[in-house]
Amino acid sequence: MKARIRKIATFVEETSIEMGRTIDPPTRRAAAVAVIENPCAGKYVEDLSELMAIGEELGELLTLRAVAALGIPATSVESYGKAAAVGENGELEHAAAILHPKLGAPVRRVLGKGAALIPSSKKRGGMGVALDIPLGHKDAAFVRSHFDGMEVRINDAPRANEIVVAVAVTNSGRPLARVGGLTKDQIKGEDGLR
Amino acid sequence: MPEVRIRKKFTAVEEIFHEGGPLSSLPLRRAAALAVIDNPFAGAYVQEIAGFMDDLKPLGLEMARSLITALGGDAKVVEGYGKGAIVGAAGELEHGALWHVPGGYAMREILGGAKAIVASTKKVGGPGTRLDVPITHINASYVRSHFDSMEVGLADAPRADEILLALVMTTGPRIHARVGGLKASEIKGEDGLR
Repeated sequence: MKARIRKIATFVEETSIEMGRTIDPPTRRAAAVAVIENPCAGKYVEDLSELMAIGEELGELLTLRAVAALGIPATSVESYGKAAAVGENGELEHAAAILHPKLGAPVRRVLGKGAALIPSSKKRGGMGVALDIPLGHKDAAFVRSHFDGMEVRINDAPRANEIVVAVAVTNSGRPLARVGGLTKDQIKGEDGLR
Repeated sequence: MPEVRIRKKFTAVEEIFHEGGPLSSLPLRRAAALAVIDNPFAGAYVQEIAGFMDDLKPLGLEMARSLITALGGDAKVVEGYGKGAIVGAAGELEHGALWHVPGGYAMREILGGAKAIVASTKKVGGPGTRLDVPITHINASYVRSHFDSMEVGLADAPRADEILLALVMTTGPRIHARVGGLKASEIKGEDGLR
């Protein structure tokens, strides 16, 4: 393990009523979040390959944890997203190094598929900062019912020299999706878009 | 009394490996189960509310069981517990007090007769309000290593006419506990205090 992990949290959210209407089956989403030491904190580091390798490790670990928390087969996951919050002694580019080069491949390996871009967000912040993880359908980015987001936060992270890294997965789109657009049964699944 | 209408459920699990000190061979785990329900008494002063405690009993048991599941399925690993409630703006603090009996006794029952009083807190607040749920040892309130807390909350709850209910369980002492006091190994287990 290259990452020095201080803590891991998992969150599962299940919505069974929205605006008075029963959601059956409930929409469910889960996030797994790791708090790691930032090996590049406090100085400018040109080569961020260490963080990229950490991203690869966390891609697998967090996806496995999130899917387990959701309690469904990995192949049944419908949408996904990722995000990172860098502590105050770090650089936004550190989040980019974790999220973008290598984190996605193990996510897709765990899920069996994932033709679509994994939506992402990043920020720098202090302890307790909220991360809004963007969510999109894993095989077709244009599926409008699955445009969504999940807020996660850990009250004691990130410390100045830490990074919070999150992966979220769902079994569904929004609870009462009704604004049209591409639906999931229309997915061609060739280009990751439609 | 009215039925219990659940809008959403939320589970959080934290696994803590260190906090700047030596890595623990046995990470501390904390789990929280939240439920967002309609507040049947919102918007008016209702004198007779106590009957709702009975209505909440099944939900208390379900949440306590879900915590055991989230912690791996064995109730014996649980060493600390706590509970809390956030009442939405159209309710009163007393509505949060309805959770004491069904929440507390549910955890004791599931844990096989835990002796200590269940630490608790409550407040009135809007969506996104955070609650620091206090935690103490399940069999002896004075065990100093197990005084702890877990911050919980949801971005979209409680709405004005809702109550957010919380139960929390932990698997051990603070990760680097070292301030003395009664130890878990010294518990007499007679009065729930020592």
